[in-house]
Amino acid sequence: MNQEKLASDGYLNMELLRFTTAGSVDDGKSTLIGRLLYDSKSIFQDQIDAIEKASKNKGKDVADLALLTDGLKAEREQGITIDVAYRYFATPKRKFIIADTPGHIQYTRNMVTGASTANVALILIDARNGVIEQTLRHSYIASLLQIPHLVVCINKMDLVEFSEERFEQVKKHYLQFAPKFNVKDIHFIPISALNGDNVVDRSVNMDWYKGTTLLDLLENIYISGDVNHEDPRFPIQFVIRPQTDKFHDYRGYAGRIDGGIFNVGDKVKVMPSGYETEIVSIDTLGESLQSAFAPQSVTITIKDDIDISRGNILVKSDNVPLQSQDITAMMCWFNPRPLIHGGKYLLKHNTNEVKCVVKEVSYKMDINSLDENREDKNVKMNDIAKIMVRTSQPLFFDSYERNRRTGSFILVDEVTNETMGAGMIV
Amino acid sequence: MKPFNLTHLKELESESIFIFREVAAQFQNPVILFSGGKDSIVMFHLARKAFYPARVPIPLLHIDTGHNFEETIDFRDNLVHKNGVKLYIGSVQKTIDEGKVLEETGFNASRNVLQTTTLLDAIETHKFDCAVGGGRRDEEKARAKERFFSHRDEFGQWDPKNQRPELWNLFNGRKKMGEHFRVFPLSNWTELDVWQYIFMENIEIPSLYYTHRRECFLRDGVLLATAPFMQLKPTEKMEVLDVRCRTIGDITNTGLTQSKADNLKDIIDEIAAERTTERGMRFDDKRSETAMEDRKKEGYF
Repeated sequence: MNQEKLASDGYLNMELLRFTTAGSVDDGKSTLIGRLLYDSKSIFQDQIDAIEKASKNKGKDVADLALLTDGLKAEREQGITIDVAYRYFATPKRKFIIADTPGHIQYTRNMVTGASTANVALILIDARNGVIEQTLRHSYIASLLQIPHLVVCINKMDLVEFSEERFEQVKKHYLQFAPKFNVKDIHFIPISALNGDNVVDRSVNMDWYKGTTLLDLLENIYISGDVNHEDPRFPIQFVIRPQTDKFHDYRGYAGRIDGGIFNVGDKVKVMPSGYETEIVSIDTLGESLQSAFAPQSVTITIKDDIDISRGNILVKSDNVPLQSQDITAMMCWFNPRPLIHGGKYLLKHNTNEVKCVVKEVSYKMDINSLDENREDKNVKMNDIAKIMVRTSQPLFFDSYERNRRTGSFILVDEVTNETMGAGMIV
Repeated sequence: MKPFNLTHLKELESESIFIFREVAAQFQNPVILFSGGKDSIVMFHLARKAFYPARVPIPLLHIDTGHNFEETIDFRDNLVHKNGVKLYIGSVQKTIDEGKVLEETGFNASRNVLQTTTLLDAIETHKFDCAVGGGRRDEEKARAKERFFSHRDEFGQWDPKNQRPELWNLFNGRKKMGEHFRVFPLSNWTELDVWQYIFMENIEIPSLYYTHRRECFLRDGVLLATAPFMQLKPTEKMEVLDVRCRTIGDITNTGLTQSKADNLKDIIDEIAAERTTERGMRFDDKRSETAMEDRKKEGYF
């Protein structure tokens, strides 16, 4: 850690960036994360001691940085990553949360989970192998989940003699596929995670590369635009009624703003009732605010005494969300029990819960060829499909592309209570 | 900071408040696990923010090993009194007296593992359906795999290989009778975040975190406080030193740091320069490489 700067008040002005990493088994993903943590001095001595000890037990001479990212006993025994693991590090500019997800095909659900909250996706490519099927699969998932920024790390440059020509070749090949993905911002960096080239420190082996190092990019990439500040959305989580002498008649609506900006005095509408009212105050412990924006957690009081409860959503009168009982979505399936055509599920959207029935499966995505499969419509674990559900009550939503929070939902099995799949509203 | 942009501490705060409100909305009878350590204090502060101007509608549960620092208990009682919340106490001594667990013996005897039985007992007795804990993913490798909403079966066990996927801001707290959830609002916080937040919000913490003079002794590289129930080996020597706690557990496994830091800024400087993790200071984690995972599977915090 960069002690002096972190400890000073500057630390109180840092931003938070969440990123996810995807790569196939031998792309050096764990090594890259280990390298980022190690070179940014975010690994502690006892952790280094522990992995040195574990590496020796496995008969390795040098500390295996990849071991840093294995959490569970079964993972260390089998040498594979089973579940998403979260890692943390900070530089004077930003705090980083890494969702480290396993790359194998059977773990698509973990990649989707890690990607759901990320600002940036790191896609790893082995410079020797170039773009392979898995690269496309990872990129497709990143674009499906609408991760705003993609960083393609062309790794193991040391094994292709740090060749600029090879880097350009891989980059060009990748860009041929890029139109298939809906990603606004793509970067390419030649690195060697093993030796640290262009990860934290600039490579002395690749003079030809004029771009930034990976950490530099992560520290400076513009993320303020990643949150929706256009469409005011405030799903009600909880109603606050203190019933004390001081706040006898207080009735506040607690929630986290999912989009846009709310100001005291704004004309707002409550969905689904459609009642119009006005914001009287925006309260937090310690201070009342004049305005609040996503993703702040606040408590809002309104002028009129109307019936509002959890699951309702407060919006601006002149900017209302879409409303429908027929929802079309891209669905990722998580459970070993397949999606049932005509099956009934509990749908959780925001703070709202409704029942739904699966009406149609339009197609299944072949995530290796990126083709739509309209023949086989059996949606099994780790499959991605376009489906249509009919809900028991209307949903108030935005398209996922416009707002990741008001455009997403999960399906829950009402008997087992398991989370069966995640949907992104088209 | 640009307009319409949160600092990382404000964003973490907002996320934790969201979690607390989900707990209040999704569970019938939740409880906050309160140890009197800094993480549980920050957690309670966030709970106050989540429900202001109402009182925190969730009671506290302290699993009391009986091997406490006196300062922690005073602090706890004061906080409970000031905020008008209900406090439940689960006593490890009582669990031992009832013959449900056997107390460890020997020099490194600790009641750490025994706490699990007391905790699960308390959850069952009071029919809590959700226990909110201060665990952070940066603490330990098994914790790095933990969900915000972590499902426990009717035996209180954690199945790390079969966890519910958690996406966006959608937390599935549905369960069957007899099962419960553990919820971790501080999942995404690091040790430094917690300290910076205490500083930013000016949160009161027990005096143990600041420098004070105390009788201690060195065991296996960890500086421990003396107490009537701690036996010194013949080779161990009692010393009086200026120390502070970096983390507070029960006396038998809380390592002390030699320090003269008497204010938060100095403490933060020390933490930022620290080269070992805070759990590296805990005796309970030194038992084996998977000590935490093993305990967590059984139902530990």
